[in-house]
Amino acid sequence: MIRYAMVIDTKLCIGCGDCVVACKTENKVPAGLNRDWVVEATTGTYPNLKTEFRSERCNHCAKPTCLYACPTAATYRWEDTNIVLVDPNKCTGCGACIAACPYDARLIMNEGYVSKCTFCHHRVEQGLDPACVSSCPTRCMHFGVLDDPNSTVSKLLASREHKALLDETGNEPQVYFLT
Amino acid sequence: MREEILITTRANPKIDPNVAAWGWQVIADLFLVGLTAGALIFTAMVILGRKEENFGFTAKRLPLIGLISIGLAMTFLFLKLTHKIVFWRFFGAFVPTAVMSWGAWLLQLVILAILLLTLQGLRGGYPALARPVDKFRLGTWALDWAERYRRPVAWASVVLGVIIAFYTGTLMTSMDARPFASSGLMAPLFLTSGLATAAAVVLIGARAPEERLLFSRVLFGMVVFKVLLLALTLANLANGSQVQIESVQMVFGGEYTRLFWLFFVIPGLLVPLAIEAFGLRGKRASWMMISPVLVLYGAYMLRQLVVDIGQVSGYLSYVNTYNPALLDLLR
Repeated sequence: MIRYAMVIDTKLCIGCGDCVVACKTENKVPAGLNRDWVVEATTGTYPNLKTEFRSERCNHCAKPTCLYACPTAATYRWEDTNIVLVDPNKCTGCGACIAACPYDARLIMNEGYVSKCTFCHHRVEQGLDPACVSSCPTRCMHFGVLDDPNSTVSKLLASREHKALLDETGNEPQVYFLT
Repeated sequence: MREEILITTRANPKIDPNVAAWGWQVIADLFLVGLTAGALIFTAMVILGRKEENFGFTAKRLPLIGLISIGLAMTFLFLKLTHKIVFWRFFGAFVPTAVMSWGAWLLQLVILAILLLTLQGLRGGYPALARPVDKFRLGTWALDWAERYRRPVAWASVVLGVIIAFYTGTLMTSMDARPFASSGLMAPLFLTSGLATAAAVVLIGARAPEERLLFSRVLFGMVVFKVLLLALTLANLANGSQVQIESVQMVFGGEYTRLFWLFFVIPGLLVPLAIEAFGLRGKRASWMMISPVLVLYGAYMLRQLVVDIGQVSGYLSYVNTYNPALLDLLR
């Protein structure tokens, strides 16, 4: 399985929300729904607080519980990669994937089927970065193949401290945050 | 105090601020499937014990209630689907890792089993319904066949009843992302609850003294088991991972405390337990009919709480700053 990963530098992210707008424009996500979002995370003990902005989305886990829970095989992996997609023609809207995702990264479209971030696989197919990565004004977002040691994402993860969200779930999320 | 505050503008309907993808339809489905499972098991055990004459309601009338229950459950499940047009996709694939996929296929066997148990008891339990069926050659053949093979069907029904009741609990357990529902004890808890539900229906419907006496004992036993399993489930969660510990705190001082104790444990478990304990000592008074009704209420509430608290409990807790009124400014 080819592992695509997204690496986001929280030292550079300013929480502008351009990634959110780019996703909505590229994927025609209806008003009121989001495939990606920005989280302002404040941690610490007052007055010693630290704030970081995180552009979050589906983590395209290497072990995706949503995929395992889908009873109709509507959730599937794109072309032997970790990119998890949903086939609207197979999705009944039963909600099993929503209940199974620890990141609450899925959404219900107005038509009733479940949707989510696709890592813009239609752009990846053409050798392009996902829309959110391309539009980032601070260049804090990076995308590439993790299995390639010479890719930008591999080099960044090899050289910088990083974390993935809810690693303890065992889902092996593939969106990393440089800290 | 060290804190982490996560603020976002994400506001996906039925996802934020808490997951609410499963509503009353799923809760009713779990309750009715539990009732059907109990009906399958009790009817089958009466047939296998050759006690049809002494336990007429259980042997001949209960299966139809189970059949109606499973029919309603399937209807509610269909109503829950937000993309109904492809509902048949449940039967277009079998996904071994998906508990719901197992359920979709197992329910077909359960429907067949409860239908056959209904047919074997139709002439004795519902003669008015059996007469029009008997007018057709196919109907007569089906009734004869179901009566002739009722023992093999009963054996299969016991197994299917246990499996399908376990399935309802396992469906909850399998959702690791919903910590409150993700206890390994959900399956036996839901099985016990399903049996208690069916026993309550027998107590409401049966008129034979022997049948009522036996099922008042069964009901008492099942409610005792249910209380014990519930206590163990809470203990299991309280000794679990951090998210499970946080989830169980919702019923120990948290936002679900009142609902859990005042509207479920006391009226749905402890009051019927006290009534049934009182009933075991002597004659069953008419006012005690409240007990099985409360057991039915408690069984529904159990599922309501597991589904609701399960969805509210999760790994993430975002403070949402999304203001939908701002959208109006764009129009």
